[in-house]
Amino acid sequence: MIFSKYLFFILSFIAIYAALKVLISKKPMHSVLYLTLAFFAIGGHYILLNAQFLAVVHIIVYAGAIMVLFIYTVMLLNLNIQGEFPKSRLAKIASALAGGLLLMTLIAIFRSYDLKMVADPSLNQIGLVKNLGKVLFEEYYLPFELSSILFLAAMVGAVMLGKKDIY
Amino acid sequence: MRHEMKSKYFSQFRSVLRNRINIVNTFKLATMQNMQIIPLDYYIFFCSALFAIGVVGVLVKRNALVIFMSIELMLNSANLLLAAFSAYRNDPAGQIFVFFIMVVAAAEVAIGLALLVMIYRSTHTIDINVLNKLKW
Repeated sequence: MIFSKYLFFILSFIAIYAALKVLISKKPMHSVLYLTLAFFAIGGHYILLNAQFLAVVHIIVYAGAIMVLFIYTVMLLNLNIQGEFPKSRLAKIASALAGGLLLMTLIAIFRSYDLKMVADPSLNQIGLVKNLGKVLFEEYYLPFELSSILFLAAMVGAVMLGKKDIY
Repeated sequence: MRHEMKSKYFSQFRSVLRNRINIVNTFKLATMQNMQIIPLDYYIFFCSALFAIGVVGVLVKRNALVIFMSIELMLNSANLLLAAFSAYRNDPAGQIFVFFIMVVAAAEVAIGLALLVMIYRSTHTIDINVLNKLKW
């Protein structure tokens, strides 16, 4: 397909543009919506790599649960007020410089690497639910069970933190 | 002294040549399958850019909610890079790890937002320049 050659660049452009707009937006609600767009673009990247299980779980967990939690918080606490946090020009310039330096360092590190690409990602089968599930339940069973305990602790903690009177 | 410089240049030249031969071999593999493989380096650059944007967001913004969202962006960039490496090397362990990172991120967001709501209830602000004391 001719289109798939440019799909990577289209999705990357959408993701980086949305991530930049998260920082630049004046209202927090706009930032949340741009982050949701970035998550959808990253989900598209997962599909490009043929990681089907991860793509679906990513959309369900991030765009469907985490972003909805953020939107609840912004709407319930009425945080959608713009211009509430003014920052000095020096802070903006310094942070842009710091971020740019970090990016340059990371690119310089990875420029001279000899990365071995063993397989073509759109042809491999390890991203399918069946194969990934086999590996998950055969080799990584203990972390799977421990993650359920982690979720239980997180749920109990969130409910306890949400109560009005703890005493 | 000149012999050492010469051998150093030879080894650099050989490593550059090996790099180019590796890329040429990958493109040969791609054209044999009638498709263009995106080099893994492109994924590294893209995820580094997302990570740097997340770092700038944590440093600059004073709204605690936007800081939280930048942390999620950093986590996502790491997730994508792990999945890319796993897909290019035919190793499922990378994608399993991404699954567990998503688990931890979801739990962390639940607790973090509950904490944020509790803080807002007592101080009516989420500006981190105001919330910079451990006990107020």
